[in-house]
Amino acid sequence: MGVFSTKGAQYDRTGMINFSLSTSDSFKAIAAAARDRILILDGAMGTMIQTLNMTEEDFTGGGHIHGPGCRHHPSDHPQKGNNDLLVLTQPQAVEDIQLEFALAGADILETNTFSSTTIAQADYGLESAVHDLNVAGAQVARRAADRAEAIDGRPRYVAGAVGPTNRTASISPDVNDPGYRAVSFDDLRMAYGQQIDGLIAGGSDLILIETIFDTLNAKAAIFAAFESFAKVGKRLPIMISGTITDASGRTLSGQTPTAFWHSVQHARPFTVGLNCALGADAMRPHLAELSGVAETRICAYPNAGLPNAFGQYDETPDETAALVEVFAREGLINVAGGCCGTTPDHIRAIADHVAKYPPRTVKGDTQ
Amino acid sequence: MTEPLLRLSGLEPFVLTRDIPFVNVGERTNVTGSAKFRKLITNRDYATALDVARDQVENGAQIIDVNMDEGLIDSKQAMVEFLNLVAAEPDIARVPVMIDSSKWEVIEAGLQCVQGKSVVNSISLKEGEEAFRHHAGLCLAYGAAVVVMAFDESGQADTFARKTEICARAYRILTEEVGFPPEDIIFDPNVFAVATGIEEHDNYGVDFIEATRWIRANLPHCHVSGGVSNLSFSFRGNEPVREAMHAVFLYHAIMAGMDMGIVNAGQLAVYDQIDPELRDACEDVVLNRAPANGATATENLLDIAERYRGAGREEKKRDLAWREWPVEKRLEHALVNGITEFVEEDTEAARLAADKPLDVIEGPLMAGMNVVGDLFGDGKMFLPQVVKSARVMKQAVAVLLPYMEAEKEGQRESAGRVLMATVKGDVHDIGKNIVGVVLACNNYEIIDLGVMVPPQKILEEARAQDVDIIGLSGLITPSLDEMVHLASELEREDFDVPLLIGGATTSKVHTAVKIAPAYNKSQAIYVTDASRAVGVVSALLSKTQKQPYIEGIRTEYSEVAERHERAERAKQRLPLAAARANAFQVDWGSYTATEPGFTGAKVIDGWDLAEIARFIDWTPFFQTWELKGVYPRILDHEKYGEAARSLFADAQEMLARIIDEKWFAPRAVIGFWPANSIGDDIRLFADKDRSAPLATLHTLRQQTSKRKDSPNLALSDFVAPEGVPDWVGGFVVTAGPEEIAIAERFEKAGDDYGAIMVKALADRFAEAMAEMLHQQVRRDHWGYAPEESFGPQELIAEPYDGIRPAPGYPAQPDHTEKRRLFELLEAEASTGVTLTESMAMWPGSSVSGLYIGHPDAYYFGVAKVERDQVVDYADRKGMEVSEVERWLAPVLNYRPSATAGIAAE
Repeated sequence: MGVFSTKGAQYDRTGMINFSLSTSDSFKAIAAAARDRILILDGAMGTMIQTLNMTEEDFTGGGHIHGPGCRHHPSDHPQKGNNDLLVLTQPQAVEDIQLEFALAGADILETNTFSSTTIAQADYGLESAVHDLNVAGAQVARRAADRAEAIDGRPRYVAGAVGPTNRTASISPDVNDPGYRAVSFDDLRMAYGQQIDGLIAGGSDLILIETIFDTLNAKAAIFAAFESFAKVGKRLPIMISGTITDASGRTLSGQTPTAFWHSVQHARPFTVGLNCALGADAMRPHLAELSGVAETRICAYPNAGLPNAFGQYDETPDETAALVEVFAREGLINVAGGCCGTTPDHIRAIADHVAKYPPRTVKGDTQ
Repeated sequence: MTEPLLRLSGLEPFVLTRDIPFVNVGERTNVTGSAKFRKLITNRDYATALDVARDQVENGAQIIDVNMDEGLIDSKQAMVEFLNLVAAEPDIARVPVMIDSSKWEVIEAGLQCVQGKSVVNSISLKEGEEAFRHHAGLCLAYGAAVVVMAFDESGQADTFARKTEICARAYRILTEEVGFPPEDIIFDPNVFAVATGIEEHDNYGVDFIEATRWIRANLPHCHVSGGVSNLSFSFRGNEPVREAMHAVFLYHAIMAGMDMGIVNAGQLAVYDQIDPELRDACEDVVLNRAPANGATATENLLDIAERYRGAGREEKKRDLAWREWPVEKRLEHALVNGITEFVEEDTEAARLAADKPLDVIEGPLMAGMNVVGDLFGDGKMFLPQVVKSARVMKQAVAVLLPYMEAEKEGQRESAGRVLMATVKGDVHDIGKNIVGVVLACNNYEIIDLGVMVPPQKILEEARAQDVDIIGLSGLITPSLDEMVHLASELEREDFDVPLLIGGATTSKVHTAVKIAPAYNKSQAIYVTDASRAVGVVSALLSKTQKQPYIEGIRTEYSEVAERHERAERAKQRLPLAAARANAFQVDWGSYTATEPGFTGAKVIDGWDLAEIARFIDWTPFFQTWELKGVYPRILDHEKYGEAARSLFADAQEMLARIIDEKWFAPRAVIGFWPANSIGDDIRLFADKDRSAPLATLHTLRQQTSKRKDSPNLALSDFVAPEGVPDWVGGFVVTAGPEEIAIAERFEKAGDDYGAIMVKALADRFAEAMAEMLHQQVRRDHWGYAPEESFGPQELIAEPYDGIRPAPGYPAQPDHTEKRRLFELLEAEASTGVTLTESMAMWPGSSVSGLYIGHPDAYYFGVAKVERDQVVDYADRKGMEVSEVERWLAPVLNYRPSATAGIAAE
């Protein structure tokens, strides 16, 4: 009943998709918590790692990159800047940052796996490490979550972060050849599938498809998530977060917020929302549009304002929190957090500012 | 919870709400439905194929159906390529796509290319439940809605019982087993042909309509769609009857709950406007009713069908209740509704009641015009209605004028003075006249210098009359240069009045890149259409808004110019030799051209105006009046419908007079000559042996860098090379110069509406003559398609073999090629059509072109050309390079002045 194979001669699909899977164990707990209050998502990992001033030596863990079980991943590329690699080479540092966010008030901790796909890791020659990066990424965040719960008794949840990759499925990189595509739907689907399998194996409670600037990439990730869920026989909550890149109020691939919602609605997401690119102030009208049409929870995690001339974010914790508070006061959100430039202090301030507001009422909250 | 609605998206969302009674799915990007699109795709002319999609969206398609199921093309590849290209065109990609194929692999390949939520068309139980569940599950995983055909393992459902049984079964599997959202299911219960003479088919219309009613009542939240054209299959060739059948069928099916359909929107009558006798007969057939006279419904419809070929529409009954209202209200009503019938008596009544005649103008008349202005501004009135209002106003003022002169009252203060002119060498003025009328309605004083106005006269008049704004219009490409020239003259003579630019060939880019930089003492501004003119002029004449408005325009134009520059730099052009190496390849070995019935020129006379009228393509007529949409669907348009119907009724009325009173005296000449291509040129010969060269027609070749196997075309590619006998033809047709005098008579009588109408109709007559004559050429004069039987309205989609490209238009942008064509045809002597110094044809309602007969020939755009081709072309033509550059200025891909030094070496 309701199960069918997607095996086809021309595609190497191995998964089965099933739309009547039961939900995972933590699904109901997270949904219940979201009915009571606005949940808090953590802040930026990248800007926190920058403050540690790590060297190439730190990134590679002394020259050898090992996965769990001592699988060795050779690469001749420099690794400095490959933040995702730190879950293998500096797991304690990553865990400590996540613990800090958790103690500052975050309910949901994002794994440090934004670029852990074969497509994005190709830049570092580490395609072979992708499975280990995702498993370890989820495990590190899980440890931070468990430590935080041991300290204050409040459960924390791990969201397996799935980034956009560095390629676009519906935009040509070549202006002279608008029909050309640097990546296909199936390339993306397979890369995302491998990532999501690893994130689930490492103990993620949710899957967070984020910073979506091309909706077709996100649709490939959604397809992959369906396949991964079928493999484990459980449906995890999916969070979907688009990025409005400029004042046009559209995604990079040209969709309005409502068109974006229509395109991803079939994922039956736990939340849909916006992150990155704009500060909270500029994000508000687009978030309001989404909140007006989406029949699911809304999640917003803006940057700490817009970057200054040096690429740094200047908004203070209170400034960002005051703007996010507007979202809560207007009843636009169910989950709030921070993206680029937001520190544990920002998250603490956001948690404080939104605590007094009830979460947005969700039409048809049946998930 | 709210009712679940079908929610789709392209770049923008589409929601099928209860306010939308029927979604018309655009079908012109469907190779099985459109011969033109099929030709474009088989020829890999994706650029033009995208234009087809764009037109469709501009004409209001809410979803576009894309179908590439054609035996000769790789459907999957074509689907992927086309959808990827569509994704790069925001003005097309804004609407959702219906991915249409009978092959699942084509559908799936399409689903992998679209970021929006699309519709799959279609899946069914044809191959059993397992395949059905598999495909439905994938649609869900890709996030698409789905059309489900009423088709199962034992075939396509024809009866009510089978249709409802299959749809119910599919619904149950989709919603209960697959978990498909019911609002994303669209059933297609199969439209079949009725009135075929086979008794079993008689109830097919009822079966569909009743199945639709049952589905909407019993299968919650889902939708019903269908392809309507099948219904009238047995009346092929009789478009009015087919249109009527479709309209009647849709009327009942939509009431029963059909809320989506693939309909040829260009061929749809309005239910209420169908002749009652025809409508009843269609209704008997569609609803399978037994007619009162004892014959069968099919027999009755067949009996009357012949009478309706090319029939007109009926007029509405008049309501005169408003005649009882007070005089001010009567005047307002007459102005808003454009009724001139009572305006003299009402104005007279108002004058007698007023202290002085001026009070009537400044009181009730201006109040009425303000209402018109507000309605127009709010998009509740449309251009033709406003022009009719202006006619009422003028006639009212004419009544008052003698009294005002007698009382020596002061002139009214006008809001500003606008000089308008069609530039030197150009004869087209419909658009300019419309802008003039609209501005006059808004209390601006218009000084209209007419057509073919030399620059010196514009400057003199502008100075003498102390005008506030100058507006220039032009339709043909050489007029663009005239406008640049005039702008630099204004600069040189220290003018500082804003310059408005409009007309078919003008554009924002050209204005920003070429005209505006020539006139820095004030600003040149491109005005898209007449509806914008009032806003632009009022901003320019406002003390407070003028400066910020002009600064805004300047910023915008410098961005436009920069963007244009960047885009042009990014475009790769091929050297001429490489472009020639990639010419269009025709297998001439297997081609035998038909020999025309005569060679040389021949005058075609005996034109029947009524016959020509049947060939009129009405869609551009509505565009002239800024009612954008496809005829006849526009008559039923939600927003424009009322205005369009009234305009069309007026047009029909004048058309009847044109025909009855023989207003126009059409003339035409055609010719054929033995011909061969010589490189990029076409050589014509005086004799069949091709030993005596007669003339050479020059053509230009595309130099854009093409994708894969798409050729770099020149018109000469479609003509056989030496050694293979071939022929080329030419033609000039004109509706005649009579329209000019008639339009003047209307203008003198204060009836600008009539003046513009007669010109617009004369234009339509010339185009219709060209279409009609082309068919006669294919059937008889040249005779390469003697069996061709397309009806006049079917010709609009150009389903036939061969083309008639015109010099000065995209396939050959050089207007000077008209000279040779006119000489060969001795067209001036036989038709009275002359060429102006800019190569515009006078009178304006004239069309000329070549005839090329090869079945693979199609229309294309040469686009920009490089200097190497211009030098080569000048040499072939025996013209100076600089002269060629002047004529081809709009299509040069370089700045002539920048290379002038090299040329001099």
